[in-house]
Formats: sequence, structure tokens, C-alpha cells
Amino acid sequence: MTASRRTPSTASRRAFVAGALTLATAAGLEAQAAIADDIADAPPVTPPWQKEQGAPVMSPPYGQPSKFESAVVRRENSTGSPYPTREAAVSLTPLQALHGIITPNGLHYERHHAGVPSIDPAAHRLLIHGLVDRQMIFTMDDLMHFPATSRIHFLECSGNTQNWGKPKPEHTVQDTHGLLSCCEWTGVPLKTVLGELGVKPDAKWMLAEGADAAAMTRSIPIEKVLDDALLAYAQNGERLRPEQGYPLRLFLPGFEGNMSVKWLRRLKFGTEPWQTREETSKYSWVMPDGSVRQFNFVMEAKSVITSPSGGQKLGASGFREISGVAWSGRGKITRVEVSTDGGSTWADAELQGPVLPKCLTRFRLPWRWHGQSAKLASRSTDETGVVQPSHDALLQQRDARSYYHYNAIQTWAVSAEGAVSNAG
Amino acid sequence: MRASIFAAALIAVVSQATPSLATDYGIGKPATPAEIAGWNIDIAPNGAGLPPGHGSVSDGARVYADKCAGCHGADGLGKPMPALAGGAGTMGSAKPDKTVGSFWPYATTLYDYIHRAMPFNAPQTLAPDEVYAVSAYVLYLNHLVPENAVLDATSLPAVAMPERGKFVSGYVPDRPGEH
Ligand code: HEC
Repeated sequence: MTASRRTPSTASRRAFVAGALTLATAAGLEAQAAIADDIADAPPVTPPWQKEQGAPVMSPPYGQPSKFESAVVRRENSTGSPYPTREAAVSLTPLQALHGIITPNGLHYERHHAGVPSIDPAAHRLLIHGLVDRQMIFTMDDLMHFPATSRIHFLECSGNTQNWGKPKPEHTVQDTHGLLSCCEWTGVPLKTVLGELGVKPDAKWMLAEGADAAAMTRSIPIEKVLDDALLAYAQNGERLRPEQGYPLRLFLPGFEGNMSVKWLRRLKFGTEPWQTREETSKYSWVMPDGSVRQFNFVMEAKSVITSPSGGQKLGASGFREISGVAWSGRGKITRVEVSTDGGSTWADAELQGPVLPKCLTRFRLPWRWHGQSAKLASRSTDETGVVQPSHDALLQQRDARSYYHYNAIQTWAVSAEGAVSNAG
Repeated sequence: MRASIFAAALIAVVSQATPSLATDYGIGKPATPAEIAGWNIDIAPNGAGLPPGHGSVSDGARVYADKCAGCHGADGLGKPMPALAGGAGTMGSAKPDKTVGSFWPYATTLYDYIHRAMPFNAPQTLAPDEVYAVSAYVLYLNHLVPENAVLDATSLPAVAMPERGKFVSGYVPDRPGEH
């Protein structure tokens, strides 16, 4: 029985899981036994770390990952950075090495336009002005006195996944999808703060400006401002990392990452968008008819298999769990289908809870690799009914010139030898 | 008493999402005119926010040679940094060259961006006259203003940008709470 038969019912999928697990355990034991012979400190040996005391507490005060995980780091693009400087550039999240839905703070992707400023929170201010009844200025202490809230949301850079053209086979999921992270963000809802100021009825857009050397600016529609915009000062339980906007960032759930302006220093209300460089020269789509579409805010339904994924080797044939993440800027993920034959047949993956709106959802599907070539792909559906498109379907609406918001189905090719590569 | 005011404010915040809704946390202080003036650097497409001052193409050529050419090339054609000129008419091609002349829809964006972010190694150091002048020079390199042009708060927003008509908004307002 394979996982890629016509969408099985939950019951038959469970039956498959049970069968596969039995097989997996047997295969796993054999593999372990083979490996144990080569490793000095494996059983029956009592390893050295049991014969002496380990490191004391506070080693170091701010805990670090095991030294054996030193390869799990952010990277620049493995096929060369397209950016002329490393201050206006990106670094990518190692999705292939992450579990669950949360991105550790030190692994959150970066996209800066003028480097990471080092801001003294005591000197930081948020100015709110323009079409408001009272123009006001807030210290960080002020902002932290408001009633706060915490929400888990993904953040995806608008330029994530450049698979428009011929895919680069050597690309890992870090290369293709690493401009994606997911954290718990804590702060004050922007509309709570705006209650203190009174936004005038003719205010239709808000300019958000950063305190970095790019003084990054984006125009944000009032509907989003009054919906779920957050003034975030904490991330996964601790204050924001400098790369994520310390001491204050705007967070706009589901919108393209650039709009969640970091190092936020100013909000101005007006009647029209400001037509900043980042909403004209950049982040706009050249369409097939030659028009240029601006203000494409929502990151649409998307998913990617993170294990197995590009650059990995499957090793001996046997049980593998296919696992990945799905997300939509419009709300909750309701379904993820997985194919092992390049999209000819699909099976429903299990969605691991919690399934939250505008948040990564982890999906899993048991799979038995028989040592044959395969094409692994995933397809998500969100609660508004949007289904992640195929590459060809996306290209019927837009082409590579639109550059941003590529959300087509990602396929990983598995060779008969078990090597996994990017098939676009 | 205090608690009940806060409770009322909270209920109001949670139950309504209209901009007119007031809360009474009493947090923050009024911004002074000086504080606002110092940070109010954005330029709108209609020219709102442009400061007094002016700059000519020839003055701009000097600013450019001094503070920009090292990164953007003597002729603005880029290398190593983004090209600021050239690419006219490439918008219909498979690989459009997106420069100020071949792509940017508003000349005001040029002033706004140069003032806030350039030169890359010393942003927000140019005086208004220098920003007008170097904007004029970049527009001149793109054949969008004549060699004798002088730009100020009135003439800069009036510069016709060739691709403006192609820009359309993809934004459709969602009602808050609806998805
Ligand atoms: C130290 C190198 C450097 C210097 C000097 C410099 N720039 Fe830049 N410029 C850059 C980089 C890097 C970018 C791209 C930044 C980004 O992508 O966020 C850029 C982007 C630009 C852009 C936007 C291009 C586009 O198509 O979006 C303009 C306009 C610009 N610079 C004008 C200027 C002017 C005018 C000066 C001189 C006053 C100047 N620059 C000096 C490095 C430089």
C-alpha cells in the first residue's frame, strides 16, 4: 500500500500508519545494529559523559544549542547572493532542521535594507501623527504599559521561493523557502494605542517608518491597521532580536514581510499611499499584459515539504515520515495533500494542532520508501477555499517578471539512490 | 473606580474597531511641533512634504560625482550597485530593466528615497538643495528633464514619469474580521 493512492479516508490512512510503523521498527533496529559497531562510545561501552560531571549551571547564562547542532544556522543563498552588499541582503532560515511550527529567534530569516541598527531602547520613540485628533509620542515603557497580547504568526518575505524559471537542482529548502519563519509575537494591538489618539475618519492609509539607515517606509491600508496590526516588542517570550526590529516592530499578520516594518519609529495617517520606493520600484509585479500591480499584500496559501527535502540523502529504504509546513495569509490551513508521484495522485496529510490563522501548520504523512525514484509534493488549501496552485497554473496568471509572491507547489525529486533535489 | 474605567476602556477596545473610538489609558504624551518636524521626512506624490530649496542638473552632477558615482557608476548605469538610468523601453521584454527612468512612476519617490536612504554610507546627510540637485541629475541621466532644469517643490512633482500609466493597485479592502 502506498500513501499516494487516491485520497484515502482517515481510517485507511491510520491503518497504513500502523502497518508502516511495524515495518519501520524492524528496519530501524537492523540499521542501528549496523551503525553501533563503528561508533566507539555506543553500547555496550559506558560512554565518557557518564563517568564525569557535566558542565555546571549557567554554562553559559544564555543557553546555546548543542555543539553537535552547529550546522543549523542561517545561511546566505548557496548559489551566490544576488545582492551587492551584505547590509541590503537576506539570510535564510534552515527549515530542513526545524521541528514543529516555531522558529527559534536566532534562526529567524533576515531581510535588511541598511543593516541592523543597534538601538538604545531608552532613546527609542514611536511618533504617531498626521490625520489623528492628538499627535502623540511614546517611549518603550509607555508602549509596554498598554494591555498586551501574544499571537503566533508566520512571516514570509515577498521574494521567498524563486522557482519561476528552471529550478536549481542543488537548492535546499533553506534556499527555496528559507525567507519564512514563525514566532510568537507579543505587543500591543495597534488599534488599542490608536484609541488614545483618535484617527480621523478621512485617514485611509498609514505610513510606517523604521529607525534604520534605510528609514524603511511602507503605506498600509487602514483596514489592516484596525484589524490585526500589532506593535510587537517581544518574540518567542523574549524581547525582539536586533535583526527583528529591537526594540519595536510593526507586525502585520499574513502580509508580505517587508510591511512589518522593523525598528518602528513613526506612524503617519493620510488619505493616499505615499508611493515609497518599496511600493513602486520594489514589491510591485510586472504583469503579462505589461501593467504593474502594486499593493499586493497578502501571502497566499502555500506549503513545502521540509523532510525529506533538497540536499538530503534518504539512506537505506524503509519508513520515512513526510513532514512539512503549510500557511496562508488569509487564515487557517484546512487541508494539505501530499503526492509521492509528482502530482498524479494525492493523499491527505495529518494537520498537527494547533492550527492557527496566518500561522505555520505542521503536516505529516507516513511513507515507505522502497528505494525507487519519487517526486514528493504538497498542496495546501486555506479556510477561504484558496488552493495552492501548480507551477503551470501560477504561470498562467503571472510570469517571472512579477518576481514576488511565488506560492506554487514545490516538488522534491528523490533518485533511486535516495538523493533529494529541487525539481521546482 | 480606576479599575472600572480601565474595564470600560477594554470592553470598548475589544468590541469595536472604529477609528473614532477613544480609550483612556492616559499613556504617552503629546508630540511637540519640533519633534514632529524633525522626523516628518516623507514626501507624498503630490509634493506634500517637499522642503523649500532648489537644485539644478549641473549642481547635481557635482553631488553625484562626489557622493554617488563610486557605487552607482559615473553614468548611473550601476555596477556594483543598482542602475539608476538606462533600460528605457525594456518593460515589455522578458527581463525588464527597472530603473528610475524605465520604471519608477513618481519623481517624488526619488527625492524621498535619496533623502532618507542615500548615500548608502551616509543617509540623511544631504541638504535639501543637494537632494533636489542630485534628483534632477538622475532624472537628466534618464532623459526626463533637460540639461538646464532646476527642480524645486513645484517642478519636481510635475516631472512626467513615462511608465506611470501602467501602475495599478492590486489592493482590495477586506472588511476587518472577514476572510
Ligand atoms: C556605498 C554605496 C552607495 C552610495 C555611495 C550610494 N548608493 Fe544608492 N544604492 C546603494 C545600494 C546598495 C542600493 C540598494 C539598496 C536596497 O536595495 O535596499 C542603492 C539604491 C539606490 C537607489 C534606488 C534604486 C532602485 O532602483 O530602487 C537610488 C535612486 C539611489 N541609490 C541613489 C543614490 C544617490 C543619488 C546617491 C548619491 C547621493 C547614492 N545612491 C549613493 C548603494 C550606494
